[in-house]
Amino acid sequence: MDVTNIAELTGNLAVVGYGLAAVGPGVGVGLVVSKTIESIARQPELAAKLQVTMWLGIAFTEALALIGLATPFIFA
Amino acid sequence: MEFYPEIVAFEGTPFALNRIMLIRLLVLTLLVIVFALWTSKFKQANKAGNFVPGKFQLMGEISLNFVRKSIAHDQLGEKDGDRFLPLLTTIFFVTLGMNITGVIPGLNIAGTSVIGLPIVMALAAYVTFIYAGVKKHGGHFFTASLFPAGVPKAFYILVTPIEFLSTFILRPVTLALRLTMNMIAGHLLLVLCFSATQFFLFNAEGAFKFFGAGTFVFGFAFTLFEILVAFLQAYVFTLLTTVYIQLALADEH
Repeated sequence: MDVTNIAELTGNLAVVGYGLAAVGPGVGVGLVVSKTIESIARQPELAAKLQVTMWLGIAFTEALALIGLATPFIFA
Repeated sequence: MEFYPEIVAFEGTPFALNRIMLIRLLVLTLLVIVFALWTSKFKQANKAGNFVPGKFQLMGEISLNFVRKSIAHDQLGEKDGDRFLPLLTTIFFVTLGMNITGVIPGLNIAGTSVIGLPIVMALAAYVTFIYAGVKKHGGHFFTASLFPAGVPKAFYILVTPIEFLSTFILRPVTLALRLTMNMIAGHLLLVLCFSATQFFLFNAEGAFKFFGAGTFVFGFAFTLFEILVAFLQAYVFTLLTTVYIQLALADEH
């Protein structure tokens, strides 16, 4: 039985790689924000302080996705 | 590629100028002019004893106070906050000015979307937080940040390399990369949306032309999003610099 191509994909596998690399930070940022919302709902008077911490947490988590984005520039 | 445009002046010399360099110079000139106007306005108001600010002066006071009060004083306290304020203010306004050109029609690319400028600012932050630590704790700053207290002796084999990597290498690298990659990703998103609009409107057939309206709306939405990102990245860069300085000054060391 011979194999016939019914669909063909062209392009770079790195694109799929970056898609996978973005999953982790996506979940991470989601967790950071959801916990911040929860905390603000419990203690609204701390909102300003919690938001600063949230931006810090997002910045650290987001760096992972951005390192993934930078890899092709470094290894190309 | 878009991030390496053709050179327009001084070709062959180390001072070769391309489109992005011209945009940076433009932003720099504008920043210097705005700050000169602000300071002269503040001085005038101080001398005249006129404490009701006009619109322009109010804008200056609000934006300068934002960095001073809600970044520097909140994280570092009044004394240390004022000590490092010149650097923080510079970083905030340069980053903001360079970021915002990414959404200004006609300029359309952020001055920070090529890594040179972010590297310079990250190095400034790096040198400053090491200086702050060494000035306060002397050589103890390095031993304290490489051998954190409260860890069993044997674990230093694991902990010290990790601490070294994260404190002295990854901090400046991620500072520079975060800013650049955010700007590059934003620019690519906008290019994608608007070139898709162009394709659907002029090259597509029949009902596909209607997709153009959808991609245009997305492009507009992402433009608004990019304005938010420009402010946010300036804020995050300044905030992280402040936090690194604060960690270097902290007394646990």
